[in-house]
Amino acid sequence: MRIAIRGLGELCITAGLVLLLFVTYELWGTGRYTHQQQDRLGKELLNNWRSQRVTTEHVKLGSGLAMIRIPRFGTKYKYVIVEGVDLADLRKGPGHYPGSAMPGQIGNFVVSGHRTTYSAPFNRAAELRDGDQILIDTRDKQYVYKVTGRKVVQPTTVEVTAAVPFKPKDKPTKRLITLTTCNPKYSAAQRLIIFGELSAELPRRA
Amino acid sequence: MYAWIWRHLPGQWPLKTAAAAALVAVLATVLWYVAFPWLEPKVQFDRGVINTPSAPATPDRR
Repeated sequence: MRIAIRGLGELCITAGLVLLLFVTYELWGTGRYTHQQQDRLGKELLNNWRSQRVTTEHVKLGSGLAMIRIPRFGTKYKYVIVEGVDLADLRKGPGHYPGSAMPGQIGNFVVSGHRTTYSAPFNRAAELRDGDQILIDTRDKQYVYKVTGRKVVQPTTVEVTAAVPFKPKDKPTKRLITLTTCNPKYSAAQRLIIFGELSAELPRRA
Repeated sequence: MYAWIWRHLPGQWPLKTAAAAALVAVLATVLWYVAFPWLEPKVQFDRGVINTPSAPATPDRR
């Protein structure tokens, strides 16, 4: 009896240690994969931009589309935005919702990213204030968006990804950006949405 | 369990300690590089996507 109880206790302690290690892996171990993928995608994207433009430019799911910089998060903050928002896409970095507008276009350029795990590109999204810049570099231009608002919504609130957020039937006239991420941190109960609007177009920065 | 393992490790205590540390390291490595990457997609707790019912490309696989 005593042996059984001791064995059970030891098993519980072991399970606890394994769980701790798993949490460590989730929060920091997963970032290593994202960093590798970001390095690769960044090089691919720059090579692609340097080469001749093909007449019908179509970004494949899972490959790089644009570069995002947010000065509020520091000068080193830079991620390649991938096309697609599947689990596999978001592991590589922030993902662009296929079908939503491309950077600089009239409509809504919608990007989703991890708040925690996988290098957590949008970890500090809640710190963004109205007027903060979101810089999107593409082949030709850098689009400077300014934050215009934010909102916490339910995960099923698809209206925020519409060309005109919350008015899915309206015809878009503005050039908007929308960032979506998890809320609160370490949970997926809600979504934190950051809205922005194009304020300037500059020459591209690599 | 741990007492049993300790009894079956070879040598005196310095060797036993080294063998025990090696066992722990091997176990941690297997968990980190094999077990956790396999398990992680199944328990995803961080998902920032708005679930679009009309877009099959973004199913909710939380």
